[in-house]
Amino acid sequence: MNNIVLLPVLIPFIAGTLLILFRHYPRLQRISSGIVVFLLLFSAVFLLYLVYQEGIQTIALGNWPAPFGIVLVADLFSVLMVVLSSIVGVACLFFAYQTLSKEREKYFFYPFYFFLLTGVNGSFLTGDLFNLFVFFEVMLISSFILIVMGGTKYQLRESYKYVVINMFASILFLVALALIYGLTGTLNMAHIAVQVAELEQAGVLNTAAILLLIVFGMKGALFPLYFWLPKSYYGPPAAIAALFGGLLTKVGIYAIIRTFTLIFVHDTGFTHTVILALAGFTMFFGVLGAVSQFDFKRILSYHIISQVGYMVMGLGLFTPLALAGAIYYIAHHIIVKSALFLFAGATQKITGTTDLKKMSGLLKTHPVLAWTFFITAISLAGIPPLSGFFSKFPLILSGIEQESYIIVVVALIVGLLTLFSMMKIFIYVFWGTPSLKKSDYEHIKMKPLLLPIMPLVALTIILGFAAEPIFSFSEVVADQIIDPSIYIDAVLEE
Amino acid sequence: MRTNFLMLHTITRIVSFIVISFSVYLFFAGHNAPGGGFIGGLMMAGALILLYVSFDLATIKKVLPFDYTFVIGLGLLIAILTGLNSMIFGDAFLTQYFDYYQIPFIGEVELTTALPFDLGIYLVVIAITLLIILTIAEDVS
Repeated sequence: MNNIVLLPVLIPFIAGTLLILFRHYPRLQRISSGIVVFLLLFSAVFLLYLVYQEGIQTIALGNWPAPFGIVLVADLFSVLMVVLSSIVGVACLFFAYQTLSKEREKYFFYPFYFFLLTGVNGSFLTGDLFNLFVFFEVMLISSFILIVMGGTKYQLRESYKYVVINMFASILFLVALALIYGLTGTLNMAHIAVQVAELEQAGVLNTAAILLLIVFGMKGALFPLYFWLPKSYYGPPAAIAALFGGLLTKVGIYAIIRTFTLIFVHDTGFTHTVILALAGFTMFFGVLGAVSQFDFKRILSYHIISQVGYMVMGLGLFTPLALAGAIYYIAHHIIVKSALFLFAGATQKITGTTDLKKMSGLLKTHPVLAWTFFITAISLAGIPPLSGFFSKFPLILSGIEQESYIIVVVALIVGLLTLFSMMKIFIYVFWGTPSLKKSDYEHIKMKPLLLPIMPLVALTIILGFAAEPIFSFSEVVADQIIDPSIYIDAVLEE
Repeated sequence: MRTNFLMLHTITRIVSFIVISFSVYLFFAGHNAPGGGFIGGLMMAGALILLYVSFDLATIKKVLPFDYTFVIGLGLLIAILTGLNSMIFGDAFLTQYFDYYQIPFIGEVELTTALPFDLGIYLVVIAITLLIILTIAEDVS
């Protein structure tokens, strides 16, 4: 029993509630939300330290013991995700200060920003499948509001699709939960894992597994359910798009990794082969989309899809090395992708557009922006010594060890195409003669715009240069999730 | 010609009163018997919407001058604070406490921390329902 596990969920929740009450005071909202995100980050880091030192921490809500009540479980994997989401939360909030219009601030941007973080952190920490559903809903409803905020025609059209897709996924999730509850008689994840190991109905369990895979795949934008993502992430302003691009799909991926390392390990020959195949298709089609686009934000959105493929590839290979690679990849991706979306926001603020063909020559006028973007872009593409390289390397290495050569080839080609499309952005936006007159951009202060992005850029460099200790940390995390008994014991012992 | 709503108004006055008292009953029955903050709140909202429909928006706004957005925040805050309350005593979040007390004229009463939690939910449900319906109703353009 340890209430600290709850803090990353409670802090944003309380903050969101209080901010509803003080909605007429924008200054107060800005200041207090700035303080709260740092509190959140601090509590997340503290929890990570605690879990690293003393092992898995759990809390049974309302003192109802484990298989009956709802438990929140903080193991290394989930706390690592919470820390990453808090980092992105800090960066996006400070970027939002600079770029968001007054109207959005008045209409509950800050409360729903925090409710979104509540949902995301809750989904990472919960140890109960139905509770996961609830936190998904908290996250989705906040994301509906953030994505539609502003109410332009384009936003309304695309977010309508987003809402419908997600509602459909939620219904499927409920069906899957009913099936699992019918089979095992419990919804506690650790308890389900125990029951599944004893059940000898591989066929029905596979059905439940695939149903869940479809649900989480819809949220995580896996092939063939990714079609909603590029268009709906194009609508909202960059601060919100960065938060979505960095975090929301990763919640789906987290849920896939959690369920397919803890619960559905009875028939890895079938389930994990399906996952591996999906990973290959997701990577390939995602990057093809990115190559064909000529819009900053759209290219980035398609890259989310292709990179989700890499993470799931690590799960599909299902060796400790591959899982460690996948975890490292998630960390790298969340940071780099949020940074890139913020870069898109910054260039949009300067040039007034996200269309690549209308921009040129920013290298001359904004050299700092250009070179930090360049670092982040080649990090995404996987050039050593940045974090992108060290996250792809173990995945490909374990692919060769497992003799899954097709996926290795696909992954390498996708890496090359990623590099190509990032360079396309760099060439169009930053090379050439400057198209803007000095008077057009002089009034835009670059320092406050770049300040929230710099820590993310610094992190991707650190992740790359300190790859040795960080990778061994993700191996520790992978060892913990590949052996379900550690998790099960921690939850059911208390 | 002005339409006469005498029948509707008379019946609404009686019916809404009955519905509101039943909603309060459901709210207090909550934690041990069927009922609770959610269903009680929905019923209360139903009664209030009946009032809004039969009289008009402006009249009821004078009677109930609440900012429903504020009420949502308040309700959420009450619910969270009751959950946090148990953390002060070193128990898990949301742990509930209850005891029986003798209160003059009423007799033995069970007082529990589930009640303020339910009150929070009650307020949130009423406010959200009304806010949604009134937003749609006011949307005349």
